Amino acid sequence: MAMIEFKNISKWYGNFQVLKNCTTQVEKGEVVVVCGPSGSGKSTLIKCVNGLEPFQQGEMIVNGKSVGDKSTNLPQLRAKIGMVFQNFELFPHMNVTANLNLAQVKVLGRSTEEATEKSQALLKRVGLIDHAQKFPGQLSGGQQQRVAIARGLAMDPIAMLFDEPTSALDPEMINEVLDVMVELAQEGMTMMCVTHEMGFARKVAHRVIFMDRGEIVEDAPKTEFFGTPRSERAQQFLSKILHH
Amino acid sequence: MFSDFDFDVIQRALPYMGQGMMFSLGLTALAMIGGIVLGTVLALMRLSSIKAISLPASGYVNLLRSTPLILVIFWFYFLVPIAIKHFSGDSYAQGIGPFHSALIAFTLFEAAYYCEIIRAGIQSVPAGQINAAYALGLNYWQATIQVVLPQAFRNMVPILLTQGIILFQDTSLVYVVGLTDFMGAASKVAQRDGRLVEMYLFAALVYFVLCFIASLIVKRLQMRITPPR
Amino acid sequence: MDFGFLSQPAFSGGGTYFDWVITGIKWTMLVSLCAWVIAFTVGSVLGVMRTTKVVWLKGLATVYVELFRNIPLLVHMFIWYFVMPELVPKSLGLWMKQGMPMPEFWSAVFALGFYTASRVAEQVRSGIESIPRGQTHAALATGLTMPQVYRYLLLPMGYRIVVPPLTSEFLTIFKNSSVALTIGVLELTAQARTISEYTFRTFEIFTLATVVYVVITLAVVVIMQFVETKIRVPGYIGTGR
Repeated sequence: MAMIEFKNISKWYGNFQVLKNCTTQVEKGEVVVVCGPSGSGKSTLIKCVNGLEPFQQGEMIVNGKSVGDKSTNLPQLRAKIGMVFQNFELFPHMNVTANLNLAQVKVLGRSTEEATEKSQALLKRVGLIDHAQKFPGQLSGGQQQRVAIARGLAMDPIAMLFDEPTSALDPEMINEVLDVMVELAQEGMTMMCVTHEMGFARKVAHRVIFMDRGEIVEDAPKTEFFGTPRSERAQQFLSKILHH
Repeated sequence: MFSDFDFDVIQRALPYMGQGMMFSLGLTALAMIGGIVLGTVLALMRLSSIKAISLPASGYVNLLRSTPLILVIFWFYFLVPIAIKHFSGDSYAQGIGPFHSALIAFTLFEAAYYCEIIRAGIQSVPAGQINAAYALGLNYWQATIQVVLPQAFRNMVPILLTQGIILFQDTSLVYVVGLTDFMGAASKVAQRDGRLVEMYLFAALVYFVLCFIASLIVKRLQMRITPPR
Repeated sequence: MDFGFLSQPAFSGGGTYFDWVITGIKWTMLVSLCAWVIAFTVGSVLGVMRTTKVVWLKGLATVYVELFRNIPLLVHMFIWYFVMPELVPKSLGLWMKQGMPMPEFWSAVFALGFYTASRVAEQVRSGIESIPRGQTHAALATGLTMPQVYRYLLLPMGYRIVVPPLTSEFLTIFKNSSVALTIGVLELTAQARTISEYTFRTFEIFTLATVVYVVITLAVVVIMQFVETKIRVPGYIGTGR
């Protein structure tokens, strides 16, 4: 069974349909990149995985549990899925360590010492151990995003979701974040990434999903997608973002 | 609890209270106009780079904003007659009457609050607009009157009107110098007929309906000026 | 200006006029502080209720806010003082009229407190709503429950954001406490008026009262600026992005 399964997901904002019958899946250990023009619904789609965006039709199965089901304990499910946001979304009033510790202590019930130890190890891993006592506002965008990745990893997630993790970053900071993500992918983390970084996709993705106007237009293995995309829309999109 | 509620007393008092309401609305309108005009002048003064102009304006605004309205009403009610006698040298000079002293008090008091609203409105106009106006060769007054203030006021209309609703509620405080505004009328009838429950609840209802409807209209207006995201 | 009259024994006893001024300041502070306790707690609860997705909680708080802020404070005073004892059960009403200590004081505190609660609620609500939605998403994504998101993220950040507007709400209560004179609380403005009537030193006594209000306002502003720097989040500028 796939780790994340999308079955005919549809979602409306009022009369406007943002997601149309989206069906796909992410296997354990797989890295799936989702791309598409802005407003195509890719961010909305990834937020359906952990129920941050409710959907009206279809079914989302994560780790064997239905996300839309009222009896599902959403906090418990979310704790197993790490998520990284476009705007980092570190908590500004807590220092870096406290950001990493919060959910470990309050959700997983770890002791503060245990959590801090875990946080320290992860900060070392993303190269930010020297900044453990700083506040988010005192870090650069790239550093904040690495902290955010560490915050997700601190929960020992079974999968990680990335929602345009580099699009709010200055160009010179993009690579420090991508490097961490590549490393994660190579270690076998299950990942779903909404991103326009096609270099990243070429390097580590197994599959690429192309979305447009709320639809999954293309869902293909990486080599196939970059070799000969079947749809015209995907071809246009690729030529736009690859040759500028 | 409403078993001995006397609706008659309200009905009988309606014409009298209507007059009171006209007084309240008139005072609100006049003080609002005066307050906005004076507030605009104060705001431009506060934003001046010349200390001799900005400091007196800031001093005035901060003084009025840290003084209770009732105290300001008393200031003018008790002191304007004394001042007139003093300056005219005529110890029998007539005062200007409680209405005018209240009007002056409200205008000067509200001007301080309007000043802060208008100042924020002026500051919300992007500096590029002023630069562009100067680049076209306009002088300070031309740039201010033609370019800055129209944009500032457009953004401020809802807040100015909201402040107007607050002002309308505040006019009830002329009660303390015995004027017969809507609340004054209600309380006079209440005392005379010994019907405090009916009259005060009725007054509350009328104020609520008027202010609530006015605030809904302001909200509408705000939506039209700045549509929500 | 001659403030010599302040040391004279007051016309109707009760110490000097200076003592009256001090008594006035005492009542002004007492009414303001007690009312603030109500305004802050009730206002916070209402403000949080308005940000929740629970329809009836939200609706209840909205009704409260609209009802209370659209009626003038003076009317609130009169309703608490004159009307409330008639509306509650007879025995309680009788006690409020005859047995309750300091009925003017408590009526003023309740009127001012519950009235200002509606304004505090709006500040708290807008503070919480100014926190970007992505923050809540991020907190939920780590597995926190909604109450935990409020406890660890929305309230700590929200209260930091609303310190300046809450300070001015407190100053509003402080100034509005003068409305309590309409139901007979002998706070500072009332004392000033009475002293003026007894001594005809209108200019002096009103000046003194104004100075006291200004000085206390300044003191509160300075204290709150200190508090603001104490709780400032390092590197965090404003609320927008």
